[in-house]
Amino acid sequence: MAKKIVAAVIGAAVMGIGAQAAQADTLSDVKAKGFVQCGVNGSNLAGFGAQDSAGNWSGLDVDLCKAVAAAIFGDATKVKYTPLSAKDRFPALQSGEIDMLARNTTWSTSRDSQLGFDFRAVNYYDGQGFMVKKELGVKSALELSGASICVQSGTTTELNLADYFRANNMDFKPVVFEAQDEADAAYNAGRCDAYTTDASGLYSIRLKMANPDDHMVLPEIISKEPLGPAVRQNDSKWLDVVSWSHYAMVAAEEFGINQENVEEMKKSANPDIKRFLGEEADSTLGADLGLPKDWAVQIVKAVGNYGDSFERNVGQGSPLKIDRGLNALWTKGGLQYAPPIR
Amino acid sequence: MAIADARTGSGDPPKVSLLYNPALRSYVYQIVTIVVIAWVIWYAWHNASQNLARANMTAGFGFLNSRAGFDVAQSLIAYSSDSTYFRALQVGLINTLVVSAAGIVTATIVGLLVGIGRLSQNWLIARLCTVYVEIFRNIPPLLVIFFWYLGVLALLPSIRTIFQHLEENPDAVFFISNRGIYMPAPVFGEGFGYVLAAFAIGIVAAIAFAIWANARQRATGKRPPVLMVSLGLIVLMPLVVFLFAGMPLSFDYAIPGSFNMRGGMSIGPEFLALFLALSLYTASFIAEIVRAGIRGVAKGQTEASYALGLRPGQTTRLVVLPQALRIIIPPLTSQYLNLIKNSSLAVAVGYADLVAVGGTILNQAGKAIEIIAIWMLVYVSISLVTSLFMNWFNAKMALVER
Repeated sequence: MAKKIVAAVIGAAVMGIGAQAAQADTLSDVKAKGFVQCGVNGSNLAGFGAQDSAGNWSGLDVDLCKAVAAAIFGDATKVKYTPLSAKDRFPALQSGEIDMLARNTTWSTSRDSQLGFDFRAVNYYDGQGFMVKKELGVKSALELSGASICVQSGTTTELNLADYFRANNMDFKPVVFEAQDEADAAYNAGRCDAYTTDASGLYSIRLKMANPDDHMVLPEIISKEPLGPAVRQNDSKWLDVVSWSHYAMVAAEEFGINQENVEEMKKSANPDIKRFLGEEADSTLGADLGLPKDWAVQIVKAVGNYGDSFERNVGQGSPLKIDRGLNALWTKGGLQYAPPIR
Repeated sequence: MAIADARTGSGDPPKVSLLYNPALRSYVYQIVTIVVIAWVIWYAWHNASQNLARANMTAGFGFLNSRAGFDVAQSLIAYSSDSTYFRALQVGLINTLVVSAAGIVTATIVGLLVGIGRLSQNWLIARLCTVYVEIFRNIPPLLVIFFWYLGVLALLPSIRTIFQHLEENPDAVFFISNRGIYMPAPVFGEGFGYVLAAFAIGIVAAIAFAIWANARQRATGKRPPVLMVSLGLIVLMPLVVFLFAGMPLSFDYAIPGSFNMRGGMSIGPEFLALFLALSLYTASFIAEIVRAGIRGVAKGQTEASYALGLRPGQTTRLVVLPQALRIIIPPLTSQYLNLIKNSSLAVAVGYADLVAVGGTILNQAGKAIEIIAIWMLVYVSISLVTSLFMNWFNAKMALVER
């Protein structure tokens, strides 16, 4: 996979195949080809991007891909998925191989500027943590001095890890893998004392271990990891569509709209809800985004509101059982907040 | 026109149209080829820089001076997360060179032994060598690496087991665990320089003695005891100096730390897996090359040396191998180059070679084209240097015609 994408980047840059990416109107391209090419996690990260035995994709990131497809085409199945490793994801987006990257990717300054991407929405507020075997008797990350730590290369995790140990005057031995599966296997085999990645990832990886109860996630969260979709820079129409697809899911939760009641809610007297669902007379909200009038309805019908998607993929309705925490609505003490849709 | 005129003037060659003038044609073809190549290179460069600019990415190697920010597990030179990307690449390059050099030496020795073994009269040895060659030659190198890493080294005792073992046997100094091999590290005290000097003098003296012994053998037909004298010079003399210098050598033992062994010397499983896989994989090819080389020496040579009274061992060493080397060296060079290039599979087990470190930088700095250019340049350079050396060696071993 790495070779294929590297070849694609070189090919695109050298031979000019990337010209279509350079036109910076991904929305028109997507409409013309009839599907969204979405870069997702290629390591079966349960809850975010994972494929079942029948080949169906599911997860919080996958739901966002579906939402975008539903908003554009009114059909959540019009998505093609490109499974990507941490290392391959950026070249894939830069080269135009994918239209959007929804692969639990941290929004950071250098990625926003230097790498030539744009971020706006955050579909999961995460932070980096550590997982250890309970038998080690470690209760805090500050007791990890001298430990061997498994980490995936090419991630913000790798940088945070170095910074955290430096800041606390501790040393560690990094054991670095390119693919998450190899890091999982090495941790499982006892090659490392601790495993570090985003806390959500740790819960997911813990479930893959032979005996999940033998492992625990330490309380320290050592970084801010706002995970969100990325698109190529200078393509604001496409950035709008991707971001507002997420905000529509959050707004739907704020309004209390879900898959069951969405048709009913169209008759609501609340002007905000009517506008959101495209029921307001001569509203141009959808058209201005380059989307059909009922784009928000299609999103809710396809994936439900943000709360539904969260609970289904990573929350109480999933094996991960992650609390809403920072990802609760702003009205409930969390950070998920949709700008006004008007 | 001038060429055509001159030819008409001389009168000898028949008048040929400019279109069919062979000299002019060959010039035109060469010029057109050069122009096309130059245009392709210019176009590729121009297009790449334009596309990068449109994707809001900058080209250039300035990023190499930025802070790396990540740690590297195996480093033979001083490196921390505060070092630059350039320093990180140096660490990777050194790791590539180390595993390649170690792999080449081991692969050559194992390959030579197995290659000769396959020709052995001993049924068991010959069959064992055949099985070895057929197994390792027919498995992809990546699988061989995974076999060693996940199939062998990962199953070794855990570090906790080692700690327990140490409690029961406090005198143990050498450990093998799934985190690598731990052994005492030598600490050289004051005066150890004399021992090294004695060792160096011993080697020089032994070489001089061997040259003198050869001359004497030619002159008198009697061979002085080269082996015993060499051993005395290289081993005994430094040993005596070592004793007289007051044994200036101590050891730093590996002791249990909080999570890992502390101190001592250690070799990580990532290096071991890659080294073993590359050596044993390439050795199977070298064995076949050696076998082909030996088979390529005419049987009459062996018979003639027997007729002269040489023993089988001497025949192999003095008559067959020197001639076989001439056949062996050129394909051997290809195998060395293969091994160097296969070392880039390190990335699969997390050994910090040039490709693994470069890949991390590629992702952190977003400089795909630059990093790939560096990779290609470095591998081409290493391979060319290896080829040059082997060509020199080949020329030296080639049949000197008198």
